[in-house]
Amino acid sequence: MENKVIICKGLTKRFGDFIAVDNITFEVQKGEIFGFLGANGAGKTTAMRMLCGLSKPTSGEANIAGFDVYKETEKIKKNIGYMSQKFSLYDDLTVLENINFFAGIYGLSDAEIKSNSQSLIESLGMQDLADKRVGSLPLGWKQKLAFSTAIIHKPEIVFLDEPTGGVDPLTRRQFWDLIYEASGNGITIFVTTHYMDEAEYCDRVSIMVDGRVEALESPSNLKKQFNVGSMDEVFYHLAREAKRGE
Amino acid sequence: MESVIVKNITKVYGKEKKIAVDHVSFSVSKGELFGLIGPDGAGKTSIFRILTTVLLPDGGEASIDGLDVVKNYKEIRSTIGYMPGKFSLYQDLTIEENLNFFATLFGTTIQENYDLIKDIYIQIEPFKDRRAGKLSGGMKQKLALCCALIHKPNVLFLDEPTTGVDPVSRKEFWEMLKRLKQQNITIIVSTPYMDEANLCDRIALIQGGKILQMDTPQNIIKSYPDSLFAVKANNMHKLLPFLTEYPERKGSYAFGEYAHFSFNGNPDVSALEKYLKEKGLENIEIKNAEVTIEDSFIKLLS
Repeated sequence: MENKVIICKGLTKRFGDFIAVDNITFEVQKGEIFGFLGANGAGKTTAMRMLCGLSKPTSGEANIAGFDVYKETEKIKKNIGYMSQKFSLYDDLTVLENINFFAGIYGLSDAEIKSNSQSLIESLGMQDLADKRVGSLPLGWKQKLAFSTAIIHKPEIVFLDEPTGGVDPLTRRQFWDLIYEASGNGITIFVTTHYMDEAEYCDRVSIMVDGRVEALESPSNLKKQFNVGSMDEVFYHLAREAKRGE
Repeated sequence: MESVIVKNITKVYGKEKKIAVDHVSFSVSKGELFGLIGPDGAGKTSIFRILTTVLLPDGGEASIDGLDVVKNYKEIRSTIGYMPGKFSLYQDLTIEENLNFFATLFGTTIQENYDLIKDIYIQIEPFKDRRAGKLSGGMKQKLALCCALIHKPNVLFLDEPTTGVDPVSRKEFWEMLKRLKQQNITIIVSTPYMDEANLCDRIALIQGGKILQMDTPQNIIKSYPDSLFAVKANNMHKLLPFLTEYPERKGSYAFGEYAHFSFNGNPDVSALEKYLKEKGLENIEIKNAEVTIEDSFIKLLS
C-alpha cells in the first residue's frame, strides 16, 4: 500500500450530460514512469486536473501521495510538482527569481529556498546565467530549468503535461535523461506526450479513449496484446475507435 | 516553374540583435509540398510571416509567383492562403459565419470555390451553427484550413498545423494535404514532428535560423554517413550510459524501444555485444537500423 503514490478508483467527472472522465481506475507505484496517453479530447487534461487537486471529481475515489482528492487538495498541491510545455516559467523573471518564486509557491521556508536554489543552480551548471532573464535562454535550458523547478520541493509525484512538445530531438532526449534521474531518486513521473517513441520510455502506459482507460500495460506487453510492432500502431488501433472525436 | 523564391532572407529582433532567420534561401516549385522541419525557435514562423507579407525582412529578398514580398505585398495577399500557428479565427462567429467572412474579404463566395474545401468542410458542416470558440482542437484546425483555402490561393502556408495534435488526427490532416496537392496548390508547411517529413516532396531541416540540409526526404536519409545499429537489452535505463562509455562509439541515443548506435571505424557488432554482456546486460539484440529523418537531424545537431 505505501508504495502506491496514486490510487484511483472509479474516478468520474461530468460536465452536465457530458462525461469527460468515465470511471477510471488505476494505481501508480513510487518511482514509476507512467505514460498517460490519449487522443485530443479523450479526457486526459480533466483527469490530470482531478489528480492534481484542481478539479473536484463527480464521483469515485482518488488518493494522491497519501491525500484525498476531495478533502486534502492543498496537501496534494504541496506534495506534487507540475510542468507543461505551455506554461512553466516566467520569461520576464531571471533564473534565480523563477526558482525562488516557485520554491515559495511550493511552500519551502526562506532558509530552504536559499539552499535549494543555490544547489539547483550549481547542479545545472547555470551559475553564470542566474541573473539572466529566462526569456533569453535557449529552449533546452528552459526545459531543464522548468523541470528542476517543478521538483525543487522534492515532491512525491511530478506531473508533466506534454513537456517536450516542439523541442528538438536532442533536447528531447536530454529531457528524458532528467526524467530517468528523478525516477531513480524515487520521484514518480506522470507524463503525457504525443511522441510515441517517448511512450516506449515509460514503465507503463495508459491509453484513454472517450473518457475511459482502454489499455494499461508496459509498452512491450501492449504491443504483444495488439500484435503490432510499435506504440504508434497500438495508439492508432485504439484511438481510431474514438466516437466523440475531439 | 518556381512558385516561391527565397534569397538570403535575414531577420533580426530587438535591441539584443537576436538573429531569428540567418541568410535563408530556398525555392519551391508550383504544386510542390515543401516542409520546414525544425523545433520551436528555429525561425520557421518568422520565415512564414515574411513570405506572407506580415513581417519585413532585414535583408535578402523573396517572391511569390514573381511578386516581391515587400513591394507587391497587396497583390500577394490575395493570392496566398495563410494558416498561422495560433488559432486566429473569430471565436464569436459560427463556423459558417467565419467562412463567409473570409470569402467576402477576398471577394468570393463559399459556393464559388466549394469543390476545393468540400472534402474538409463536410466533416464540420453538421456543426456549422456552432461558434468557433466552442469547437474542439481538430474541428478548429479544419475550419482554419477551409478559411485559408476559400479564395482558391496559389500558395498555401501552414505554420505548424499539427502541433499538439494527437497521432491519429495528425495522420488525417496529412491525408487532407495530399488531396489538396492534387489540385496543384503549392503548399509550404512547417512542423516540429520529424516523422511528418516523409510526407513532403522536399524538406529543409532548420535550426537556429539556418537551414542545415535541404533535399527530398529519401535523399537526406540516403546521405546519412554512418552505418546505424539498433540495440536493445533487458535494462534500457542502464544500456544508454554503457553505450555512451563504449570506446568505439561515434554516436548513441534512445530511439523508441531501441537505442541507435554508430561505431567509430569499422562496425564490430560481436565486440559490442561482448562488452554489454560483461556489463551484466541480458537479452541483448543488435541489428541494422533504418535511418529516419530524426536520425539525420540528430546527426546535424551533434
